[in-house]
Amino acid sequence: MDKRKCIAGIFSTIAFMTAFSSAAQSDGGSSNSLHPVAAWMLALILAVSLLLVAVWLLKVKTKQILFDNRKKQERNERERFEQYMRGMDSRQIEAILTYKRRLDALKEKEEKKPSSTLPVVLTMMAILSGSSLFAQAVEKKSPGFSGEAGMLITIFLILIPILAGISLMVVKVINVIRQYRNEQSLKEAEKLARYLNELSTEELEPALLKRKAALDFKLSNTELSGNMKAEDDKGIINVSANSGLPVVALKKRAQKRPNIDPALSKLILWYIGSATFWLLFGSSVGEYLGIKFVAPDADHVSWLSFGRLRPVHTNSVFWGWASLGMLGLGYYIVPRVSNTPLASIKNGWYALHLINASVAIGTVSLMAGVNNGGGEFREYIWPIMLLFGIGLTLSLINFLQTIARRKTKEIYISNWYMTSAIIFALVISVAAYVPLWQDGLGETIIQGYYMHQGVGMWFMFFTLGIVYYFLPQQLNKPIYSYSLGILAFWTQILFYTLIGTHHFVFSSIPWWLQTVAIVGSAGMIIPVVAGTANFLLTFNGAWYKIAGSYTLPFFLVGIIFYFTGSMQGTAEAFRSTNLIWHFTDFTVAHSHLTMYGIICFFLWAGIYAVIPRLTGKEAPQITVGAHFWLALIGLLFYTIPLMYGGTLKGLMWMDGKPFMESVILMAPYWLWRAIGGSFMWLSHLFFAYNIYKMLSANGIADIREAAVEKLKTRTEAVAE
Amino acid sequence: MELFDNHRKLFRTATLFFIGLTLLVAIIPAIKVQQNNAPLPGSEPLSADARKGKAIFIAEGCVACHTQQVRNVDMDKVWGERPGIAADYAGIRRTDFWRNTATLMGTERTGPDLTNIGVRQPSADWHLTHLFNPRIVVKESVMPAYPWLFAFKKEPGEKDKVVNVPEAYTQGKEGKYIARPEALQLVAYLQSLKQTKLPDGSVTPEFLYRRKQQQAAGDDATGAALDGAQLYMTHCQACHQENGEGLKGAFPPLKGSKIVLDDNPEIMTEIIMNGYNAREAEGFGAMPAVGTNAGLTAEEVAAIMNHEKTSWGNDAKPVTPEEIQKIIDAIKLKSP
Repeated sequence: MDKRKCIAGIFSTIAFMTAFSSAAQSDGGSSNSLHPVAAWMLALILAVSLLLVAVWLLKVKTKQILFDNRKKQERNERERFEQYMRGMDSRQIEAILTYKRRLDALKEKEEKKPSSTLPVVLTMMAILSGSSLFAQAVEKKSPGFSGEAGMLITIFLILIPILAGISLMVVKVINVIRQYRNEQSLKEAEKLARYLNELSTEELEPALLKRKAALDFKLSNTELSGNMKAEDDKGIINVSANSGLPVVALKKRAQKRPNIDPALSKLILWYIGSATFWLLFGSSVGEYLGIKFVAPDADHVSWLSFGRLRPVHTNSVFWGWASLGMLGLGYYIVPRVSNTPLASIKNGWYALHLINASVAIGTVSLMAGVNNGGGEFREYIWPIMLLFGIGLTLSLINFLQTIARRKTKEIYISNWYMTSAIIFALVISVAAYVPLWQDGLGETIIQGYYMHQGVGMWFMFFTLGIVYYFLPQQLNKPIYSYSLGILAFWTQILFYTLIGTHHFVFSSIPWWLQTVAIVGSAGMIIPVVAGTANFLLTFNGAWYKIAGSYTLPFFLVGIIFYFTGSMQGTAEAFRSTNLIWHFTDFTVAHSHLTMYGIICFFLWAGIYAVIPRLTGKEAPQITVGAHFWLALIGLLFYTIPLMYGGTLKGLMWMDGKPFMESVILMAPYWLWRAIGGSFMWLSHLFFAYNIYKMLSANGIADIREAAVEKLKTRTEAVAE
Repeated sequence: MELFDNHRKLFRTATLFFIGLTLLVAIIPAIKVQQNNAPLPGSEPLSADARKGKAIFIAEGCVACHTQQVRNVDMDKVWGERPGIAADYAGIRRTDFWRNTATLMGTERTGPDLTNIGVRQPSADWHLTHLFNPRIVVKESVMPAYPWLFAFKKEPGEKDKVVNVPEAYTQGKEGKYIARPEALQLVAYLQSLKQTKLPDGSVTPEFLYRRKQQQAAGDDATGAALDGAQLYMTHCQACHQENGEGLKGAFPPLKGSKIVLDDNPEIMTEIIMNGYNAREAEGFGAMPAVGTNAGLTAEEVAAIMNHEKTSWGNDAKPVTPEEIQKIIDAIKLKSP
């Protein structure tokens, strides 16, 4: 004990001395101006020294405890040995027994003991090496810099070896402790061996054999099941017999819902099929437009020129793809949650034909150069849009009648959103299209209102209704909060209706109206946060299901973009940000982030969820995965360069740079956009293929179905 | 809640709520704006040709990339002398029963704003060449070409308007491209796009968010801070081209030009400020009063002149803003 204390004393003296000497050095080496630096150094050194002393004391203390422990343990050695023996496993017992038996047979002599070393020597060496390291570190401290930054950098540089030294020392100490403990264990083992050796075989064997038998005991695995063969009478278990190594992760398969009217199924599938066609068509046009930014002389055909094709792209994906897709899913959801058949399937068909006709005629008219005069998404002239309007009216009547005949007391929130969306879309269209009143600048106010309500009160509202149905269904748990859904419903009507004019900030329409729009845009935080929180909290506790589902990833991406895309819209609306981003490609990125990231992803999620329920066929998981990843990566490649380039462009304009310079600046970002667009377009090909796989019979007869059919005809023939 | 379980009440409430808000923020303001609006006294209605040209502008969807609104922010100063006001659009009415009013304000500026293009670029020759293929005059342009507005004739008649198309674009064919009536109408529309002066005594709305740099530039005194090359790009390059060689038969070269190399900057300053039409006989288009139209300061004019005097092998004596200021003042006195 004395020895140890002595070493401790010596060591701490060394530490303090080195610290003091280096402090003295710093004082001597520098002039008065460096006083704060020196003080810093001194403080640092003291801190390090104290730390080292503390570590040392801790170590001494630990050893003390270990030593005491050992002393105490020596008293009941026998007890301990018995405990060791109880802890032995079957193999060890076996080994001991064999040894004992052999020993008895040979009647051998005893073995020699190894000599023990002093652990103290080791400890000392470790500590000395540690202290020498520390001394080195300290010597490096020779402050010669003045000034704040220089001082900080120096201290930082000095700290690096010090910290390295301390951590090294800790490692060493731990090593020493481990060695020491290992030695103790070995000693103990030695004693145990001696003890075992001393015991006679007769004394030992019965107990050990009994213990071995107990350890070797195993259940037969038939205690609960008995010897009967397992049978699944209820058909609950569904195991695929021939599952090889899958190329892609196996996802949960959709369940077929046989109780859906085949006539309704057909209607829904036609809606989705038409929508898919318009998606392919519209995004092919969009892809070509993106290429035109890079190669403006790609063609010189009037019908394919940029100005004419741009509205073809937007209108066909809006009214053709998204609207028909939404309505198709709506025709599934409304009867489901009302627990009653659809009021009129015939009207559903009329609506489909009218909307398809509207988009087809509209496309041709735009390409021929007949348009409404330039308002975005209002390019179809009103007689063409009237067809769409009638289609919507028919759907609205259909939905309302179905809801009126519902067998549930409450109206599920999905129906709130979807039915209201149709009503609002009709209100918007009437306000924007009735040819009797707009004549002059009022057009622009209505344009702002129309284009944004179209997006927010038609697409977003309807799609939210879809999510409120399919997300809980796919997660197999109820929506987190019905009330949050209701809050989002009313606040979205309140705030969204106000924000249309934010497309014309700083223009010549009334300033107060622009301000109202900006305030409304800020208010959108409430419904968006409510909606996002509601969806994410519904996910809560079921996150693991994402990995096993091919629809949930689409929902999740949709939810993420719902939050980020919508909040980006709010951020864009402020006057200061509008200054930078308005008129630039940032707007294009934003509209794709929202219409594509939110609406398309939600629609795809719904479509992948619903079609297998109608046809009983699923798309290959590998192509669903390809669709998902290409769409997501493509969207990011598309939007991020445009946002970045758009920002630079806006700043350039604010800087008063020549306009052409901003065009030249955008060239690489437009190229990225075309690349991202190609990814997105490719993903749509996969989507179309998936739809085809989910819809079509593959030409090869289902063996079971065919056999049943054959038996049926045979019985009929016999009956005749 | 009763409201939420009764579909009639629920959807009626939502509809009325929405219609009420629609009336407040869209319908009523729209009607008010329409009723309390009248064209400015000095504004001219579109000519018959220009009206047809506007129909082509609409049909081709030019509004997808070209705005027609000068916002009341400093960065829009390059597009007009003053911010746009409601009265600027008062003359625009419903196209017809089938089609809506086309204010053509636009929402994106992939190309330049056209509110004042008639002042900024009055040259029909330039517009025709540019419409035939924008890359003839603006190399980096991504605007579509409109060849269907033009016809190819082996021997153009006297009445035909021949378009200046470089050989690279004629594919080695014998003959000339002439402008169809549609092209001329479209150009007539573009030429008619000019901001109307506000009547005397009315307050011109201000441009907001002024650049700080501009105020700082005043302290600098010299025009050294101004980038002549950039100003040239903004105001001159579309015609005289980046290489200063102009376009054969349409826009005269500045490279090696006598006027540019002249040590006396008087004529050059006057041409920049007031335009020039003395070389029309040679087939060159008339130059607009670029300096006056764009409201260029003496410093800016000097920067442009120095760029032209020292680029593309030109090596003339640079000018100072002070002497240019003197010349500008003198010109103003001459033509009140």
